[in-house]
Amino acid sequence: MLQFKGKGVYSAIAIGAASLFKRQEAQVRRKHVQDTQAEIERVESAKQKAIDQLSRIYEKALKEVGETNAQIFEIHMMMLEDDDYNESIQNIITTQTVNAEYAVAVTADNFSEMFAAMDDAYMQARAADVKDISNRLIACLGDKGDTSNGGTEKMIVIADDLAPSETVSLDKDRVLAFVTAGGSSNSHTAILARNMNIPAVIGVGDEILQAVKDGQTVVVNGYTGEITVDPDPEFIAQAKAKQEDDLHKKALLQELKGKPNVTLDGTSVNVYANIGGVDGIGAVLANDAGGIGLFRSEFLYLESSDYPTEEEQFRAYKRVLESMAGKKVIIRTLDIGADKQIDYFKLEKEDNPALGFRAIRICLTRPQIFETQLRALFRASVYGELGIMFPMITSVSELEKIKQACDKVKRDLADEGIPFAENVEIGIMIETPAAAVISDRLAPMVDFFSVGTNDLTQYTLACDRQNAALEQFVDTHHEAILRLIEMSAKNAHANGAWIGICGELAADLSLTETFLRMGIDELSVSPPFVLPLRDKIRSLDLSK
Amino acid sequence: MKTFNYTITDAVGIHARPAGKLVKLAKGFESKITLEKEGGKSADLTKLMAVMGLGVKCGDNIIVSFDGADEDAAFDAVTQLIKQEL
Repeated sequence: MLQFKGKGVYSAIAIGAASLFKRQEAQVRRKHVQDTQAEIERVESAKQKAIDQLSRIYEKALKEVGETNAQIFEIHMMMLEDDDYNESIQNIITTQTVNAEYAVAVTADNFSEMFAAMDDAYMQARAADVKDISNRLIACLGDKGDTSNGGTEKMIVIADDLAPSETVSLDKDRVLAFVTAGGSSNSHTAILARNMNIPAVIGVGDEILQAVKDGQTVVVNGYTGEITVDPDPEFIAQAKAKQEDDLHKKALLQELKGKPNVTLDGTSVNVYANIGGVDGIGAVLANDAGGIGLFRSEFLYLESSDYPTEEEQFRAYKRVLESMAGKKVIIRTLDIGADKQIDYFKLEKEDNPALGFRAIRICLTRPQIFETQLRALFRASVYGELGIMFPMITSVSELEKIKQACDKVKRDLADEGIPFAENVEIGIMIETPAAAVISDRLAPMVDFFSVGTNDLTQYTLACDRQNAALEQFVDTHHEAILRLIEMSAKNAHANGAWIGICGELAADLSLTETFLRMGIDELSVSPPFVLPLRDKIRSLDLSK
Repeated sequence: MKTFNYTITDAVGIHARPAGKLVKLAKGFESKITLEKEGGKSADLTKLMAVMGLGVKCGDNIIVSFDGADEDAAFDAVTQLIKQEL
């Protein structure tokens, strides 16, 4: 039993026979030719053939991995038709009177070196694309067709690295998993694997290529990135149990994908997801959330060594909005306090940070920070369905100041001729008892409320969240909390606003029915809870 | 001849997909369209590898020039795509 470790790019478990990927790498020899025109014509017809193959791969990819990911093959076709690339091949053939294969190989080396030498990891990775199209062209010159290797048995493909076209060309029904010695999680190959739902582990290291033989049993764990070669029977049994459990869960959830969040009696509710950074978007989409109910913007500040610029923030917000393609995205403005230290904010140490200088209180005291964030948000608003949410509200006057700040930013943008959406929803967190109690006064000023149950619990029950010794006193189902939520819901609806819950309580399935009976319009939970919550909603009958 | 100045805001710069879109679009016009990276090299916008080879990144300034019979139409189409994608 041998173990290797890489990076899992698609989380699933596979058990099966190893198959070392053999690339038909044509040995290219330099040969002198007499008729250079004939060589140029050979390149032309090979190019047509290669483009035909690529357009078939493109069609296959379009079906299996979607348009965005299939576009790489369109790029490959364009690369093959690139003037500079073709001129280089023709020049080498005519000036050196050599064969087409050699001219393509030299051209490929030159162009991939150009990309490899660039000081940008993304462009360096394009060197592989040049090699990929050139190898295809050389294969077509040698009259070799597509590289499928017969047989019907399922296998775990192990390769040094896989080009995107090789990944898509693999017969999906026969591939249990794939493992590559090299590769990065940004490579098109990793992205394609993720979209093809094939367990994949990359960057395992070259040792595995020597250690594994064709037909040997291999266990691939896409969750941990562990590869086990020649496992003992006990290990296989454990892996099988894990795999079955995993498949069972996925199948259950898969069934729920695309289904509406509606109860048996027809009450529907939005189920959104909470995330804390741009890298959470994948999980939101994979779990079929209807939108993002809480996008914490703190990561922008935490990952930075100085205040993030308007431009940096704009790009992050734009990306989230574009990725969600028209689904609602609610971004919460800066929510830090003395408990989450950020050096450059230079916050005074406090004895009681939970009741201290935090969140909207920082923003209203330091308008520059607030304005920068608001400008970035409004600028990004044209790229999707944005809602902006403000944390830690306790009074009407705070909300008035916030709305003035928003109006100023919008006026400035309009003066500068910078576009922003008119329909940006403005909402507040209901996370202090004060906000819930005066929710009748706050509701007419906003489009929505979102209940932050974690802080609402801490402030209502006077129990510090950080103090583990208080756990026995923290009853998250306390009647006082539920009454505050119900009161806020009534006041929201009476004033034409909607209300959601984005705290941990939203994922508490024992309260789902209670919340729906209160008329809660939206529940926002961590991505893995989206489908279990949908399952619960669909089992409820509020008419009884 | 018309020119267009722009600062790239897309986080990864002129990567493969937008480069492909630009080249495809540029090929549809007669005018010679040249993309120049400020302080760097320039490339014919119909040549994909050359465009990608400029290595234009976020924050870089680019100058696009249009010269030819249909330069007005080319200008409108290309600048619109650049603003939208980059």
